[in-house]
Amino acid sequence: MQVRQITISEAIREALREEMLRDPTVFLIGEDIGIEGGFGGPFGVTKGLAEEFGHDRVRDTPISESAIVGVAVGAAMMGMRPVAEVQYGDFIFCAMDQVVNQAAKLRYMSGGQVKIPIVIRIPTGATRRGAQHAQSPEAFFMHVPGLKVVAPCTPYDAKGLLKTAIKDDNLVLFFEHKLLYGGKGYRAMKGLEVVGNVPEEEYLIPFGVADVKREGEDVTVVAKLLMVHKSLAAAEKLDKEGISVEIIDPRTLVPFDKETVIKSVKKTGRLIIVEEDTKMGGWGAEIAAMIAEEALDYLDAPIKRVSALDTPIPASPPLEDYVIPNEERMIEAVKEIVT
Amino acid sequence: MFDKVMLINMYRKMLKIRLFEQRVYYLFLEGLVPGTIHLYTAQEAVAVGVCSSLRKDDFIMSTHRPHGHYIAKGGRIDRLMAELLGKEAGCCKGKGGSMHVGDFSVGMPPAVAIVGANVPIAAGMALAFKLKGTDGVAACFFGDGAVNQGMWHEGVNIAAVWQLPTIFVCENNFYAASTHVSKSILLKNIADRSNAYGIPGVVVDGNDVLAVFNAAEKAVKRARSGNGPTLIECLTYRHGGHSRGDPGTYRPREEVEEWLKKDPIPRFKARLIEMSILTEREAADIEGEVTEEIEEAVRFAKESPLPQPESALKDIYA
Repeated sequence: MQVRQITISEAIREALREEMLRDPTVFLIGEDIGIEGGFGGPFGVTKGLAEEFGHDRVRDTPISESAIVGVAVGAAMMGMRPVAEVQYGDFIFCAMDQVVNQAAKLRYMSGGQVKIPIVIRIPTGATRRGAQHAQSPEAFFMHVPGLKVVAPCTPYDAKGLLKTAIKDDNLVLFFEHKLLYGGKGYRAMKGLEVVGNVPEEEYLIPFGVADVKREGEDVTVVAKLLMVHKSLAAAEKLDKEGISVEIIDPRTLVPFDKETVIKSVKKTGRLIIVEEDTKMGGWGAEIAAMIAEEALDYLDAPIKRVSALDTPIPASPPLEDYVIPNEERMIEAVKEIVT
Repeated sequence: MFDKVMLINMYRKMLKIRLFEQRVYYLFLEGLVPGTIHLYTAQEAVAVGVCSSLRKDDFIMSTHRPHGHYIAKGGRIDRLMAELLGKEAGCCKGKGGSMHVGDFSVGMPPAVAIVGANVPIAAGMALAFKLKGTDGVAACFFGDGAVNQGMWHEGVNIAAVWQLPTIFVCENNFYAASTHVSKSILLKNIADRSNAYGIPGVVVDGNDVLAVFNAAEKAVKRARSGNGPTLIECLTYRHGGHSRGDPGTYRPREEVEEWLKKDPIPRFKARLIEMSILTEREAADIEGEVTEEIEEAVRFAKESPLPQPESALKDIYA
């Protein structure tokens, strides 16, 4: 098997390109994604695709998020497979009616007459831009039956999951972390230099299958997106102190792979959830409740959540750093329950 | 210019909507219709005028007041009635209810009860026609209240800028629930909004089915030939309140009486008789046939079983 090292940005572009080549009903819709001389979406992910597939299939829209998602809903009902994009995750709130009241419910309300196969790509995470370009809104969508929620943190996962998402017959919200796109250049953000092995051959990753990113014995950490990478760094430090951390990346929040987490908790007896989202009503709360309901007997210590503080995301670096979970807070939390 | 069979069919459909809604109202009073109902009574000329200009493979998007659109687009009324009674044999298996009826096989996805939200969706259906290279048209119905929703603006604008095969049909019945249109829009005509999007706009007598048909036919032709959307404002009036439980006391009596005189069904009937297309005798026969069809639908709906409670868990994901 041929393997190369690529970034998440490249992995996503490859998935889009392959699916557009395979299936003529797949098209892209969003702001600034295919403008000639433009930047190929907010983070350069769609660069080159308009030149290859034309502006009918790489459709630049007005700044109208409700129309982006609404048009996707209408087109999807008629047999197309739109991949929509909002520039920053925060902007998805402009389109909440189309996501929550329309896309998630039309199939149900119709008694199964229609399908709504849509992917919405949503860049997420705090990057020194203040409260309206920083949120991690995944938890909002876990609360709505009819939606699927995906959040990959490696190039391999990003490509395999995006291809699965495009083939899925439902609305899939596909969260990408701005600091994980990787690569350099004008639109790239200074983040982690995440590159990873991705096979040349076609592969898919099914939804609802977590990936154990690090095996360990003493404590289970469930994290996703950027927090997987931060947890891995924290785990290295803890390892030197003799504490062995297992890190589980659920990869998809809906559907959620409960079994892998329960299996790990049976081994470690301890659970920490690390989330970039605020704590109140976050996705970690749901996972904590799930494990408390179904695996409490295996726990030797209280479940801990290391979350963003319950504030809007501030812009100034020391303020943002204070609010977003860091390695120190993770290490502290682990030490509190591993004695 | 008008084919006799088509005109008689239009009359029959208008009457079917009127008598259907009357029957639904009685069933509601008997306590057989759960929730609420938004009757289409007296707006029949709009649904029938527009849908008569469409092909079966064209699509419509409807609103919280959808029974008339469903019948006009050719949906089965027995399954519609069953849906209103919450039955398993309903067009949406009892999961939609009055505000979400639809039959995709005749070109009507479930109706959308969030005011204005159906506009970008209709644009999306039209985009699908365009991308697939077919000549289908998507018609979108909404009330006067919808035109102040952000989604309405975004949807009309994107359809205009992409020249999508859509027609936007405003059923201006002058009241968004209880709020008169003059409290919401400074413009005299809603159709003038079209200027803001660079598309044609036209005001028609929405109680004259042939006027609606003519405007719609022109707009559909325009859309089908790739020249983009039209905004059609149909001036009409509902005989009843906004929904069941609303006596409509915010409307002046003189205004209501004035509009009752413009009832679209007696008007169209008189016109057809005048044109020697219909006789009183034939009209009575049609009424008898339609009444029997509706009674059959009521029987079907009443006899259909209620859904199994566990079926609530199905159809969430495809």
